[in-house]
Amino acid sequence: MKKVYMDYASTTPVDKEVLKEMLPYFDKIFGNASSIHSFGRKAFNSIEVAREQVGNLLNANPDEIIFTSGGTESDNLAIKGVAFQNKKKRDTRGYHIITSEVEHPAVLETCKHLEKLGFNVKYLPVDKHGLINICDLEDAISKDTFLVTIMFGNNEIGTIEPVEEIGKITKKHDVIFHTDAVQAIGKVPLDVNKLNIDLLSISSHKIYGPKGSGALFVRKGVKLQTLAHGGGHEKGLRSSTHNTPGIVGLGKACELGKKRMSKDVAHLISLRNKLIKEIKTIEQCYLNGHPEKRLANNAHFRFIAIEGESLNLMLDDKGIAASTGSACSSKKLQASHVLLAIGLDPAEAHGSLRLTLGRMSTKEDVEYVANVLPEVVQNLRNMSPLWNR
Amino acid sequence: MKDIYTEKVLDHFRNPRNIGEIKDADGIGTVGNPVCGDVMTIYIKVKNEKIEDIKFKTYGCAAAIASSSIATEMVKGKTLDEALKLTRDDVAQELGGLPTYKMHCSNLAADALRKAIKDYRKKSNK
Repeated sequence: MKKVYMDYASTTPVDKEVLKEMLPYFDKIFGNASSIHSFGRKAFNSIEVAREQVGNLLNANPDEIIFTSGGTESDNLAIKGVAFQNKKKRDTRGYHIITSEVEHPAVLETCKHLEKLGFNVKYLPVDKHGLINICDLEDAISKDTFLVTIMFGNNEIGTIEPVEEIGKITKKHDVIFHTDAVQAIGKVPLDVNKLNIDLLSISSHKIYGPKGSGALFVRKGVKLQTLAHGGGHEKGLRSSTHNTPGIVGLGKACELGKKRMSKDVAHLISLRNKLIKEIKTIEQCYLNGHPEKRLANNAHFRFIAIEGESLNLMLDDKGIAASTGSACSSKKLQASHVLLAIGLDPAEAHGSLRLTLGRMSTKEDVEYVANVLPEVVQNLRNMSPLWNR
Repeated sequence: MKDIYTEKVLDHFRNPRNIGEIKDADGIGTVGNPVCGDVMTIYIKVKNEKIEDIKFKTYGCAAAIASSSIATEMVKGKTLDEALKLTRDDVAQELGGLPTYKMHCSNLAADALRKAIKDYRKKSNK
């Protein structure tokens, strides 16, 4: 059976060039980067090369890159790190954080945790496309606000937030700006200086690097409190023996991401637009997310009268790997907070399907999905008491 | 209790038994709510207090579809009194178990069946 992977927003395969780069670091260049002997120095030097590669992709200074275990840790370190630092200093700033209703759980749950510790968090609403309103943001900033954390591109519906405008406002009000760019890097040219970003989270396995590796950009001068005390690695911000293969892989993935970005994006947009055009011919099917301001690889739909988990399992039977925001696929049995935030009712949110493309996707993949999906949707609708046709 | 679907759940999901409607059904039971993500309708045809024919339509996840499918199979040919004894645990057990957070799906199947029988008894005044 044909296998089609359309869940690249969930994770990506490791690029062959990345894997090749990583392999020697498991058994040959295995030294601890903190050791003074030649084994350690070799590992150390490779990590510094990776730091430059990551910095290059973001137009950041290599000194501003902190290696972590991935996007979730980077988000935690950024948000809690700034919050705890602020509390420690008993800053005149107070305890106010601004975020949005559509953030990744790594940001939302961290903010909810901080609320329990006494911080105040404002969750900005979004419009039907998933965009925050820039005036809402400016209105929400008070003298107590010390951090704004708004994602770059949404992991579910792909909407790209007005990061440039956010950066202007946070700069004007002298508030720290963190953005979760896990889904955006490699798909959007990203310059932390031009965009006035102070903290930015990335993950390796979303850009054809290995899992368990990520980074946080920390602008020079921004103070964080560490969450992992220990040997004082990564300028004391993240103690733990360096994951050399993971870091080398992330570095190479960033280098390739920068080199191939324009080609990748053109490829993704052409396939994605074809996919959306074909799928939208299905009766009672709607596109979620912004029509233009969306990540190049994201197509997100909802279908009336069917449920997303069933739809995904049936597609899986046809060899297609996709994703859904239906409550039935989550153990909490709650519809996706993103789909509810854009104004869908739970019944509409249940019928959602996320198809995300990647570097390895082909025209044939898109054609296969466009052929199979209408039949699968119809099959489920034939079973559904809500479908009266 | 497992957190993944058993082969039997997947089989009933992929090849649901007794799917469809009975146009001149003797009893119809609908339960669930689209807001919660599942709606089930069960249609029964009754002869001599026995379920002669049974069909269902379900909107919902694989557990919901499989639960309704296997429930119809379990009670077809049974007397109404026997069918009324069907519980969510019977349905889940017959499927080889359901993830804990999916148990309400098997509950819905048993409820829909009871509602269809009640509907039949009300209509036939028994």
